[in-house]
Amino acid sequence: MSNSEPDKATGLHSGDAKPGVAKVDPILKASNVTRKFGGLTAVNVEHVEIPRGAITALIGPNGAGKTTFFNLLTGFDSPDSGTMEFNGKSLSGMRSHQIAKLGQVRTFQLTKALSLLTVLENMKLGATDQAGEKILGSLIPQIWRKQEAEIEKRAGELLERFKLYEKRDDFAASLSGGQRKLLEMARALMTNPTLVMLDEPMAGVNPALTESLLEHVLDLKKEGMTVLFVEHDMHMVRHIADWVIVMAEGEIVAEGPPDQVMKEQAVIDAYLGSHQETDLGVVTGRIEVSDDGEDK
Amino acid sequence: MSQPVVEIKDLYAGYLPGVNILNGANLYANEGELIGIIGPNGAGKSTLLKSMFGMVKIREGSIELNGENIIGLKANKLVAKGVGFVPQNNNVFPSLTIEENLQMGLYQAPSRFTERLEFVTEIFSELGKRLKQRAGSLSGGERQMVAMARALMMEPEVLLLDEPSAGLSPVRQDEAFIRVSDINKAGVTVIMVEQNARRCLQISDRGYVLDQGVDAVTGSGRELMDDPKVVELYLGNLGA
Repeated sequence: MSNSEPDKATGLHSGDAKPGVAKVDPILKASNVTRKFGGLTAVNVEHVEIPRGAITALIGPNGAGKTTFFNLLTGFDSPDSGTMEFNGKSLSGMRSHQIAKLGQVRTFQLTKALSLLTVLENMKLGATDQAGEKILGSLIPQIWRKQEAEIEKRAGELLERFKLYEKRDDFAASLSGGQRKLLEMARALMTNPTLVMLDEPMAGVNPALTESLLEHVLDLKKEGMTVLFVEHDMHMVRHIADWVIVMAEGEIVAEGPPDQVMKEQAVIDAYLGSHQETDLGVVTGRIEVSDDGEDK
Repeated sequence: MSQPVVEIKDLYAGYLPGVNILNGANLYANEGELIGIIGPNGAGKSTLLKSMFGMVKIREGSIELNGENIIGLKANKLVAKGVGFVPQNNNVFPSLTIEENLQMGLYQAPSRFTERLEFVTEIFSELGKRLKQRAGSLSGGERQMVAMARALMMEPEVLLLDEPSAGLSPVRQDEAFIRVSDINKAGVTVIMVEQNARRCLQISDRGYVLDQGVDAVTGSGRELMDDPKVVELYLGNLGA
């Protein structure tokens, strides 16, 4: 098992690491973005920039507005006000599939695999600009047959990489929760994205798989992609994130490199909790406290 | 040794015809124990839990509650017999208030409401203060508390929990585990499936590692945490 620390991208920001800090090379920018549900302001982001070519984690308590912000950035929901730019192009009024075509794709916290399609069919659906999607083109196999073969090859490679290849002919419904997470990630990559947004990629994935999933995410960075992910698994955040953005009650409340951010008392109080480094067996009084270091 | 509260022997079960998820799984829980079930994705953890609540087709093997066969019993019968189940998702009635959610948990014995409410609000004190609030307006962590509280209303002998920490922030996860421990200390036998294996084993009396539908390794929570094979295969080295 590789326990070595991955290379962290540094020098991503200019100026003090505080909420809204400018990035040297931002891929995504959002300004004055708000989204209200009835009387509740779910998102109220003054300004935030996502650094290109790096892995950024978006963390925060349940109900902080992380997923809502994700939905706004990816066109699954529209903000009440504000502007968002991807690669300098305004995302205003764009629909989710248009944004995906620009190269910004996402996965979901609760996976959205098409259950009654096979794993391979799910993958093939992820590919964009398929010639056979045009009504006339679909009638002439010569037009799409070659592309279809290429798509299938790419799907096969990705399935292999995510260890789902043996399952390619199974219905997506038969996959476990963790395997569906992998399928979603693999399917997102079918679009050849430049920005990959992952909503809780680790939720429901068992720890042994976690490491290979982490490797997958690190590989995305190596291949030049930008990653933005929401996650509650702080080991993952510490291990792979180059930059961390903390949301609470809809606002960005802290930003910075992981080690720095996780030391901020406000972040510990609101989010991490005081038991981070302790054994819950001790906290709950279920086991005796020994003198030497517990849990080794 | 006295008879276990729950005993599963050599269980084969699945959802689709001809496809078994469980391939000869065994498990027992003695009175007052807190049992943790961990294992890789697709190992059949949730299926094993659901099999104890009549939600899976059993092909072979036995499931006994206090020595009595419970295979084929419907959920309402199982609840009446003292089994409580908390699913992972969609586990509250969002349009009902917290109080109404708790009443739903006790629809088979409504006369005991006041008495049971006292018991559950002792463990979940924050719920007692917000009884009139709609469950749909609660955060994920709070919903999990409501779901656990509702399952406790019928005074179950055994409580089955499907990933009580799923989707919660670290501080809420820790709270959820501490509550699970509290419930167990109040005398309820708990069988819990978890992805957060480390936390789960920290509070479990005994644990089972499930792999490909079979109980691959079992032992006390501490033994499993220290078992190099379990660490490598199921806990991972991150954050060790």
